[in-house]
Amino acid sequence: MTETPKIRLRGVTKRFGDKLVLDGIDLDVMPRTSMVVIGGSGSGKSVLIKCILGLIEPDSGSIEIDGQDVLRLPPHEREAVRAGIGMLFQNGALFDSISVADNVAFGLLAQKKATRAEARRRADEVLAQVGLAASVGDLSPAELSGGMQKRVALARAIAAAPDILFFDEPTTGLDPIMGAVIDGLIVEQVKRMGSTAIAITHDMASAKRIGDRAAMIHKGRIVWEGPADRLMDSGSAMVDQFTHGRRDGPIQMELRK
Amino acid sequence: MVVLNAVLHFVAAIGRLVLGACAATGRVAVFAALGLSHIVRPPFYGRAFLRALVEIGFFSLPVVALTAVFTGMVLALQSSIGLSRFSADSAIASLVVLSITRELGPVLAGLMVAGRVGAAMAAEIGTMRVTDQIDALTTLSTNPMKYLVAPRLLAGVVALPMLVVVADILGVMGGFIIAVAKLGFNPITYLADTMRFMEAGDVISGLVKAAVFGFVITLMGCYQGYNSRGGAQGVGAATTSAVVTASVLILALDYVLTEMFFTK
Ligand SMILES: Nc1ncnc2c1ncn2[C@@H]1O[C@H](COP(=O)(O)OP(=O)(O)OP(=O)(O)O)[C@@H](O)[C@H]1O
Ligand SMILES: [Mg+2]
Repeated sequence: MTETPKIRLRGVTKRFGDKLVLDGIDLDVMPRTSMVVIGGSGSGKSVLIKCILGLIEPDSGSIEIDGQDVLRLPPHEREAVRAGIGMLFQNGALFDSISVADNVAFGLLAQKKATRAEARRRADEVLAQVGLAASVGDLSPAELSGGMQKRVALARAIAAAPDILFFDEPTTGLDPIMGAVIDGLIVEQVKRMGSTAIAITHDMASAKRIGDRAAMIHKGRIVWEGPADRLMDSGSAMVDQFTHGRRDGPIQMELRK
Repeated sequence: MVVLNAVLHFVAAIGRLVLGACAATGRVAVFAALGLSHIVRPPFYGRAFLRALVEIGFFSLPVVALTAVFTGMVLALQSSIGLSRFSADSAIASLVVLSITRELGPVLAGLMVAGRVGAAMAAEIGTMRVTDQIDALTTLSTNPMKYLVAPRLLAGVVALPMLVVVADILGVMGGFIIAVAKLGFNPITYLADTMRFMEAGDVISGLVKAAVFGFVITLMGCYQGYNSRGGAQGVGAATTSAVVTASVLILALDYVLTEMFFTK
């Protein structure tokens, strides 16, 4: 028997007003693997992840996590599923009224997985993993550079060692070396901790480092899915244009002339 | 035919406005009910509540105190001009204490706090909304209604009556200062008159009003912030709406509550 996918999407559709953002997304992510999602700006990648998290309610389709259709679960069970998911938001979304360390420890304390002291220790540990000194923990998020905020957001996402991890552009805004470090950290979460991950990225080097598989989304549909190391020679004209960053090809950017 | 069409359009427009207003009222009511239900269900966020209490209660003290003192002073001065013709000396003390405890204490404190706290709350929660912080709370096993809204609602209901107690005292004191220093009243007689006309019912009705206003202010701040959309501009709009809707509601509810308390 084949393994059930950790995450299984079927016909997920979402429109905002009369704008169709997701147009029947089908996607499977197997346990302990990572899926890289690429696609043009505004193609609905962030919306897709928010649908899986339950932050946005899709108009139709089904979203299964561990074989359970989460859209049909009662609220408290859905809450439990969500507790097993860590999320790195595209813009960090750090709580600016509390310190960096409290941000990182937030999920642990909310889930009552740790005492204050334990949570603080864990926060320092994860901050160190993303290359930040423990002294950074006492600062407020507004005192950090954009790249540091991103790393804190990553630390917050992985602090509770969740079963499923979503990364919305984890390396955007980081220098190439730090980007590689973060990629390594994500790979480690998947390989060593056995998490399942979906990562959105525009960075092809990063996509190949992180991803086991990759999917490209365009106009609300998955137009290609395959092994991540085939991204540069996928055989799909659309993926080719995207990964090589060509101006001309099947994807026409909607630019005013 | 043309006229008929115009009339129809006009009626349709009014209908849409009324329907829109009803829908908005319904959404606020649902939001309020949800917020209230989270006040009584654990987990409770004591820190968030205390922080909101200090923000609403303590930091509003200066502005509420100044408003109350000057209002009491003006009341004494105005009524001395109006009432001197009837030479009813004790009338000034009674007018000041009645108007402050029944009406001006709660209403003016409410309006000042609406401007200060309602705006700040809408801006804070609105910024959290547009920067995904509210979504982030949800992903970190924390219900934003419970963590952000419920403590603020409770703090508003608790803090406003306390502020109004202060406003009542300072308002009466303002009147006292003018009566004694400028109008030449005997301080002992003035105070005795004040005590004679002050009634527990008036003070309590004022405090009940204050609690309702505190709820309305924090509710509108939270609601507008929570539902703000579209970046900095959206947050700005939410801030304005929070202050305007809270202020109008305070004045409207003041009428309703007065009707309930004082007409049998
Ligand atoms: N809450 C919302 N209300 C209305 N429209 C929305 C909302 N969220 C997203 N959209 C629209 O959905 C589309 C997809 O947005 P999304 O954020 O998923 O893009 P993306 O693929 O993540 O792009 P990027 O790579 O730039 O982050 C956009 O056109 C956006 O305008
Ligand atoms: Mg995005």
